[in-house]
Amino acid sequence: MEELLSERLGSVSMKGAGAGKNRTLECGKNSVSGAVSQRACVFCGARVVLNPVTDAFHLVHGPVGCASYTWDIRGSLSSGSELYRHSFTTDLQERDVVFGGLPKLEKALERIVEKFHPPVVFIYSTCLVGVIGDDVDSVCRAAEKKHGVRVINVKAPGFAGHKAMGYRLACEALMKILERDPRRTDKPVGINILGDYNLAGEMWIVKDYFRRIGVPVVSGFTGDSTYESIRRSTTAALNVVQCAGSMMYLARLMEDKFDIPFIKASFFGLEDTKSALVHVSELLGDEETRRRAEELSTRGMEKAMRGISPYLPGLAGKKAAIFVGGGFKAVSLIRQFRELGMDTVMVGTQTGQREDYELIESLVNPGTVILDDANPSELETFMREKGADILVGGVKERPLAYKLGVAFCDHNHERKIPLSGFDGAVNFAREINLSVNSPVWEMARRTADPFLDA
Amino acid sequence: MLDQTPKEISERKALRINPCKTCQPVGALYAALGVRRCMPHSHGSQGCVSYHRTFLTRHFKEPAVASSSSFTEGASVFGGGANLRSSVKNIFDVYDPDVIAVHTTCLSETIGDDLNSYIMELEIPDDKLVVHCNTPSYVGSHVNGFANMVAGFIRYLADPRAPKNDKIGVFPGFVNPGDIREYKRILDLFELARVILPDQTGIMDGPMTGVYEMFPEGGTTIDEIRSLGGARQALALGAAASTEPALALKSKCKVESSVLPLPIGVEATDNFLMTLSGLSGRPVPKELEEERGRLIDLMLDANPYFYARKCAIFGDPDTVLGITSLCLELGMIPLYVITGTPGESFTESAKELLSRYGALEGAKVKAAADLFELHQWIKNGRVDLLIGTSYGKQIAKAEDIPFVRAGFPILDRYGHSYHPLVGYRGGLLLAERIADAVMDEMDRKCLDEDLEVVM
Repeated sequence: MEELLSERLGSVSMKGAGAGKNRTLECGKNSVSGAVSQRACVFCGARVVLNPVTDAFHLVHGPVGCASYTWDIRGSLSSGSELYRHSFTTDLQERDVVFGGLPKLEKALERIVEKFHPPVVFIYSTCLVGVIGDDVDSVCRAAEKKHGVRVINVKAPGFAGHKAMGYRLACEALMKILERDPRRTDKPVGINILGDYNLAGEMWIVKDYFRRIGVPVVSGFTGDSTYESIRRSTTAALNVVQCAGSMMYLARLMEDKFDIPFIKASFFGLEDTKSALVHVSELLGDEETRRRAEELSTRGMEKAMRGISPYLPGLAGKKAAIFVGGGFKAVSLIRQFRELGMDTVMVGTQTGQREDYELIESLVNPGTVILDDANPSELETFMREKGADILVGGVKERPLAYKLGVAFCDHNHERKIPLSGFDGAVNFAREINLSVNSPVWEMARRTADPFLDA
Repeated sequence: MLDQTPKEISERKALRINPCKTCQPVGALYAALGVRRCMPHSHGSQGCVSYHRTFLTRHFKEPAVASSSSFTEGASVFGGGANLRSSVKNIFDVYDPDVIAVHTTCLSETIGDDLNSYIMELEIPDDKLVVHCNTPSYVGSHVNGFANMVAGFIRYLADPRAPKNDKIGVFPGFVNPGDIREYKRILDLFELARVILPDQTGIMDGPMTGVYEMFPEGGTTIDEIRSLGGARQALALGAAASTEPALALKSKCKVESSVLPLPIGVEATDNFLMTLSGLSGRPVPKELEEERGRLIDLMLDANPYFYARKCAIFGDPDTVLGITSLCLELGMIPLYVITGTPGESFTESAKELLSRYGALEGAKVKAAADLFELHQWIKNGRVDLLIGTSYGKQIAKAEDIPFVRAGFPILDRYGHSYHPLVGYRGGLLLAERIADAVMDEMDRKCLDEDLEVVM
């Protein structure tokens, strides 16, 4: 670990190192200036959480870049509107910086309402707007009054913190929808699923399980959601939070405001999926619901094991490295690798919280490296040191893994195959097998001196 | 996405939909990756560099290393000087590059950070360098950012007192490593010594070695950039991306440049080679003449599949002009020619090209355009082929038009960055891709009885 920036020392730990010292990992800090961080900004956090609202008009108020980089990269599927897959921006120019961006924003809103009739407009105010001081809130109020649609300002200047702060802002924006004239009922029924973005249709898998055990899903946040579906959510009896990093805050707000309790759950991996279904059925249903949850899980797991078992011999003993956004996903992945007979030798997250890291620490074997907000050098060092066979991560990590000749599995926005639920667990095993056991890694290992033993 | 573009066109001034450009800093970052042992540094929020690295990684399928000043709320109120100081210290301490190339962002530009004075006040180790350029995201596009960064290297490093040398400077334009390799091969055939700035070969098209190098062996060296000050002449390829560095080199070191279009297609490559012939005092090598012959041969063999076919071309200005030129040579009709980058010199050049081939009438040419508009045009007047970046795929699918990927970025296919569009070889490749797209489409759509192995 001697190559680490001294400021980074607190953000890396190894289970079992410095026995008995029980040092707590530092996390949630701002990135060190000058570091090649993998970490994204406030705008990014807000955008990824809200973007899956399919019939919303997502307008990036700022220069063109932030809209360009986030155009159609989210991977969340829609059963209806495709409006969210466009890239809309005010594309601010020099004169707007000097004279303010509001006239352009007002004109853009006129046009949006007239041509696209969206039920809600999210205005993402980026860095520049944060410093030129556009009073976007007043434009939102005026536009709401004039056009009768919801116009919500998401103040997301990149400098205001890191990605997790953006998640909070997104949750607040969603609360603005819920708080105005909320739908209430004396008899709350069913659940909302929070923190599933319907990547490759994962929300549909989870919704289908609940439908089959007889627990109505009122609304999903925010995968395949609409303005209407979001508004319905206040009539639910329970919030089931999947991606806790992005949605725990909304769950807490909804508990405070609408008395909807929440639980954390994960639908990645067999055990986690089963316990999520059973837990929800216990909380909401009768004996019959619980029985159905057990039965569905038992059958789902049996079927999944039949699907997974052919891959097990090829995966046994392989070593996995994990670098993902949130802590809860990392936890599920550690369990999933264990289900596949694999060891997790490195775990990192971009935005994990202290409680996540404590849980991770309790799950992994001694010697496993745990790190917060890692940079490429750190990832490289530890993947090498630990002899990882596969890295699970997002787009920035893929080429790094490949450069090292290490297999890769995208567990982020670029996945095209659903990985959640029982079927997803089979897909996961298949993905990992396809990556780890491709003959290309053997080829890659021989590139250093390819003609040596030829 | 696919069916939500209305046919009815109405003018938009305040709302950009589906942009055909992105912001300056990513271009600056790409340019800086073409200098040896250089750390590109984004002076702004940490999100910028995260997006830029992702964007470049998606195109090149390579890690794109860059650091960030990681602005906080405080920095955006009090200025980013302290962030830059600690960044520079950390970067040299930990990553040990030879040079840090700082570019600004919309944030640092707007709060008025004065990079010139910040850098003057920095404590920089003796053998290390820090350079910068201004890349306000609210002006121009990534192409301008690229041009500004290359000009920045020249302003800081090109040495007006460098000994006069026999080299020519080459500003390659915003192109792929595959293009730069092709330039090098051609320049070698003319036996011309040169300095190419920037040069991303070996960095953004690195071979698999099993080792991750943060600074692979590639890129223009600092000494080479210094020596540009004594070059006998420079070639600025692609007006949009290379005029700025050419001007910088002239104003600092009095080295003249010829600005040429990107050598895409027959005529532009002819002109490029004639210029090289003039500079080297050698005739065009036989090998290149034969390549030209092979390109013409393919154009001739496949002529029924090119002639009078309408196409739409979009992307970065220099690349689009080059592709338009080749399409005209193939006998195609470029009905819509757009770039997202603002600047009327693009429209003038495009119109000039079109009118030379009698194709101006009925054609639409626009700078600072977007893909929503292009889609609407296509809905109102069909084309047979769409040529451009990955962002065209939705239009192609919605309108059921064959699609040829060319330019930057190509996020959804492999191998593009390895291959040239420039030179006769590039022309051959592009013409082949166009013919393939047209012919594949015919095979897919034709009646069973019309499907034959002979076409």
